[in-house]
Amino acid sequence: MSPRILLIPKGNVSVHDLKPITALGGTTAQVDVVAGVTLRENPGLALASVAARIGHEDACSAHLADLLEGAAPAAGKCRLHDPEAAFWMGPHQWMVGAPFETHEDLAAQLKARFGNTASITEQTDAWACFDLRGDRMEAVMELCCNVNIRAMQTGDATRTSIHHLGCFVLRRDPANWVRILGPRASAGSLHHALLTAMKSAL
Amino acid sequence: MIINHPLLGPRDSAEFVYMGDASLIDRPDPDTAAPEDWHAYAYLRENVAGDMQELWFHEGGDRSWLVVTRNTLTHEISSVALARDVARAKGRSK
Repeated sequence: MSPRILLIPKGNVSVHDLKPITALGGTTAQVDVVAGVTLRENPGLALASVAARIGHEDACSAHLADLLEGAAPAAGKCRLHDPEAAFWMGPHQWMVGAPFETHEDLAAQLKARFGNTASITEQTDAWACFDLRGDRMEAVMELCCNVNIRAMQTGDATRTSIHHLGCFVLRRDPANWVRILGPRASAGSLHHALLTAMKSAL
Repeated sequence: MIINHPLLGPRDSAEFVYMGDASLIDRPDPDTAAPEDWHAYAYLRENVAGDMQELWFHEGGDRSWLVVTRNTLTHEISSVALARDVARAKGRSK
């Protein structure tokens, strides 16, 4: 196996030649297809959490509504919007996502917008993102977690356990598409669980 | 067992962690409490046979703390509220 980190001589020092890798450790996103359902690793998502500070809940929600060009997501919902999107995580807490290419500094951008109304935390490297897509996606999700996936509609978002990992499940548009955010440190385990469920259910 | 989350609806109790007697909300006032008050708060619990108010943490969900009123004889849950709202109604977290 070739080393991923090399030391490159530069002048009279050596510097690291760092190569970005995806959550699963590859240089490109992993794609698996089973019986017409696609599991795609998505490395292109920047994330930041927004938690309203006590006494600033309304102002924080207003900032979020302004950002999303629509009301801040209510409990169990997400707002699918470009470039920034958001889902509800808890009372007065949301996760905001945006394309990594244009919003690598998403947390700093949000902090400038929200000011003292919210605590913003960088989340990009905390999560692995998988897009599960196909007409029989529901059968896979039913095997993975106790979420009532058939009752979920586009714009619904919830947290659940998949393979003992706390994950967010977002039903997107079109509705045969769910986005799964799981702990990045366990990306391999989550991917294994999803792929095993696909092979079993489909 | 199903817990009717006030915001998220019915959820499997496996998503929650039991955090004990809801009397933990009634923390003594640090300015006036005697050592006996702290001892009672930290160590003394009622062993209820009937409706009991309990704290449950939605660890596998939205991370909210709930006050669940559960009958310890039948496991029937009669009410569920956000612990935050219960505490604020008692004048806490001002």
